[in-house]
Amino acid sequence: MQMPEPSAGILARKAEIVAGLRDRLPADAVISDPAETRAYECDALTAYKCPPLAVVLPASTEEVAAVLAYCHAERVPVVPRGSGTSLAGGALPTADSVILGVARLNDVIETDYPNRIIRVQSGRTNLSVTGAVEADGFFYAPDPSSQLACAIAGNIAMNSGGAHCLKYGVTTNNLLGVTMVTMEGEVIELGGAHLDAPGYDLLGLICGSEGQLGVVTEATLRIIHKPQGARPILMGFDSNEVAGACVSDIIRAGVLPVAIEFMDRPCIRACEAFAKAGYPDVEALLIVEVEGAEAEIAEQLSKITEIARRHNPVELRESRSETESALIWKGRKAAFGAMGQINDYMCLDGTIPVTELPRVLGRIGELSKEYGLDVANVFHAGDGNMHPLILFDANADGQLETCERLGAEILKLCVEVGGCLTGEHGVGVEKRDLMMTQYSADDLEAQLAVKDVFDPRWLLNAAKVFPLDATANRRSAA
Amino acid sequence: MRPGSEAELADCVAGLTGPVAVRCGATRAPDAGDLPVLSAAGLSGITLYEPGALTLVAGAGTPMAEIEETLSAEGQMLAFEPMDHRHLTGRDGVPTIGGAVAVNASGPRRIQAGALRDSLLGVRFVDGQGRVIKNGGRVMKNVTGYDLVKLMAGSHGTLGVLSEVAIKVLPAPDARAVLLFNGLTDAEAVEALCAAMGSPFDVTGAAHLPAGVDGDPVTMIRIEGFEGSVALRAKALAAHLVRFGTPEVERDMGRTAAGWAFVRDLKGFTQADAAVWKISVRPSDGPKVGAALRAAQPDVGIVYDWSGGLVWAEWPDTGDLRVHLAGIPGHATLVRAGRGATGAVPRFAPEPAPVARLSEGLRAKFDPRGLFNPGLMTAHV
Repeated sequence: MQMPEPSAGILARKAEIVAGLRDRLPADAVISDPAETRAYECDALTAYKCPPLAVVLPASTEEVAAVLAYCHAERVPVVPRGSGTSLAGGALPTADSVILGVARLNDVIETDYPNRIIRVQSGRTNLSVTGAVEADGFFYAPDPSSQLACAIAGNIAMNSGGAHCLKYGVTTNNLLGVTMVTMEGEVIELGGAHLDAPGYDLLGLICGSEGQLGVVTEATLRIIHKPQGARPILMGFDSNEVAGACVSDIIRAGVLPVAIEFMDRPCIRACEAFAKAGYPDVEALLIVEVEGAEAEIAEQLSKITEIARRHNPVELRESRSETESALIWKGRKAAFGAMGQINDYMCLDGTIPVTELPRVLGRIGELSKEYGLDVANVFHAGDGNMHPLILFDANADGQLETCERLGAEILKLCVEVGGCLTGEHGVGVEKRDLMMTQYSADDLEAQLAVKDVFDPRWLLNAAKVFPLDATANRRSAA
Repeated sequence: MRPGSEAELADCVAGLTGPVAVRCGATRAPDAGDLPVLSAAGLSGITLYEPGALTLVAGAGTPMAEIEETLSAEGQMLAFEPMDHRHLTGRDGVPTIGGAVAVNASGPRRIQAGALRDSLLGVRFVDGQGRVIKNGGRVMKNVTGYDLVKLMAGSHGTLGVLSEVAIKVLPAPDARAVLLFNGLTDAEAVEALCAAMGSPFDVTGAAHLPAGVDGDPVTMIRIEGFEGSVALRAKALAAHLVRFGTPEVERDMGRTAAGWAFVRDLKGFTQADAAVWKISVRPSDGPKVGAALRAAQPDVGIVYDWSGGLVWAEWPDTGDLRVHLAGIPGHATLVRAGRGATGAVPRFAPEPAPVARLSEGLRAKFDPRGLFNPGLMTAHV
């Protein structure tokens, strides 16, 4: 993986730039000691590291604006950072960049139940948004698995999803407004407590733009009342094809479960060894969860059970208590931890049309043999968002590279069958060089044009999302 | 100009020498005036429909009726309940999916299921230089690159001409219940709607007509789903809202569908010469909008949808209604100019300078020659 050469001019001016930042921020909000900037050298994609020039931790929109205006004037690259949980390297610095962390922006500004909104500063963690309203029966729906740590700013940058998207949508569907600072240091308001944009849907455009179009400092989010209850059912099948067909039939029948999770045999075995959830040793396992009052849950589960039985399940286990529900989810929730116990792993994130599930799983199996690395599959089947986990040994010579090549093959396969490279993690640096498999040069040019409008000097997180050679002229002209 | 394929459309745009009015079914947009019309209506037909994946892909010119019939045959529907603008515009054209996307046409279900833009998975369009651009795709979760899909939804044909769209569809409900409260004031009604939306009963429609079919105020709250669940939630919701009175509960599928179509298409607005405005505010501010407009113009007709967050005004006046709403955050769009309007009132709310610069920058990139619907979305016509 390549990153652009840092600007020698910027590196040479480090002392001056740090002083300029200190002029604009409180003393403890600027970090420049190499021992301390090390903490910001990577995000959750830990394979790639690079300490930044400096780190700033502004505590208000005004401070963010002051930093960006200064960096814009001085042509210093800026990399925005939420909580640093990106799996795609979205917050990976370059040596000549200033990391702008939003960790100190974590207040709740307004909670309004009649209008079902909460307004928060963007450094607040995803789970603590729900934490602020759950005593009153409400929650914030997008639930990425890093929700304990990840910041709303990062959720907006990556348009994060989670396990419950089939019913509640992803971040963009639950975001009503933002305060955003442009690279030039201008503060703009997009959306608010009302619905829909007066002109172009700029809010929709900045959500998922990976911190390349502006820095979001505040967000108005949709909160909804918690359902009265929820209950999962576990089903085991003796082939991926049959499990895939069952998912499709459930959706066709008009049931819209809140989650449909799929695990294949390698994943089931690893989770079972780790979490001891009592999973059957089958080829494919589905966990389907429905919500509502008790009678509604029963009505939906009876429909789902009826459909599942037509597919001759090896196992059909409907939860009858909180304890049983927790047990059904226990293995699934431990999936990533279980994999981590066995080996190093790379987690992919391609999305495919649900109908292509059996074919794609079959082909992943073949590729796995070809490359000599095991792949376990666990994913959100309802919306086709796959998470193949490639197991490898980081200490073995060349295995990381083999793993990356296999990963690229799997993602190309996702695109080939009508899907995409990334469903919820973002492109970052990780999938940057695969963009041309999904988009034509004209398709990419249209996206680059958007960045030209928002950040004409290409200073904001500029080495991400697009292949470096596609952006080289723009970055050097800036 | 009515190209029959995407390639023809691209050639057509590349060969343009001056501005055009971009249209599809021509049921929603203002009159083209002197501009030649470039119609995408010829790009018609459903190219992919996978009920098991809740996905449909169609040419921009595909009639809404064709899409709705196809979905209905599989027990599915469009999530966003698009408005049919013909009652308002008096046009006799055929509403198309491309036209709906161009105006982000979202009806009563928007408050629960999201706007059209939330169901839009992918687009193909031709930009102002005649280049075919695709963005998004046909899968529900996709964060690969920038989301130009949202940008195109509601851009009124000013950034490109849509050729194909991919949408997420939903199962159609088996059963429906509509709770009807009679005689509430606007303030009471919106309070009831907000209380309903804030309940766990998954309300899919929340509207208030200060003058219903028989001229009296009626407040409508909709619940949909499987029969057992609907019956249960309707009862629980009535109990939850008991402080607003005892509602009638309408269960007939045909009558309830007609009732919501009446709200969605503004069939209660019958003054053909009046302007029609669409006002988007924080739901609890809806009654403030209603009161301010009535104080300025006693003959105004009002409909509240989206829990009070969407206020429709039938405005018998050619002046700018926005001047009466100062201090209420949100925005107002002129959907139909009234008789005698001079064109001096901007259709779209003027944007603050830094936002307007971004919008103009995007227009300059996507349509550098200023070909598509010039002036339509700029604040100062």
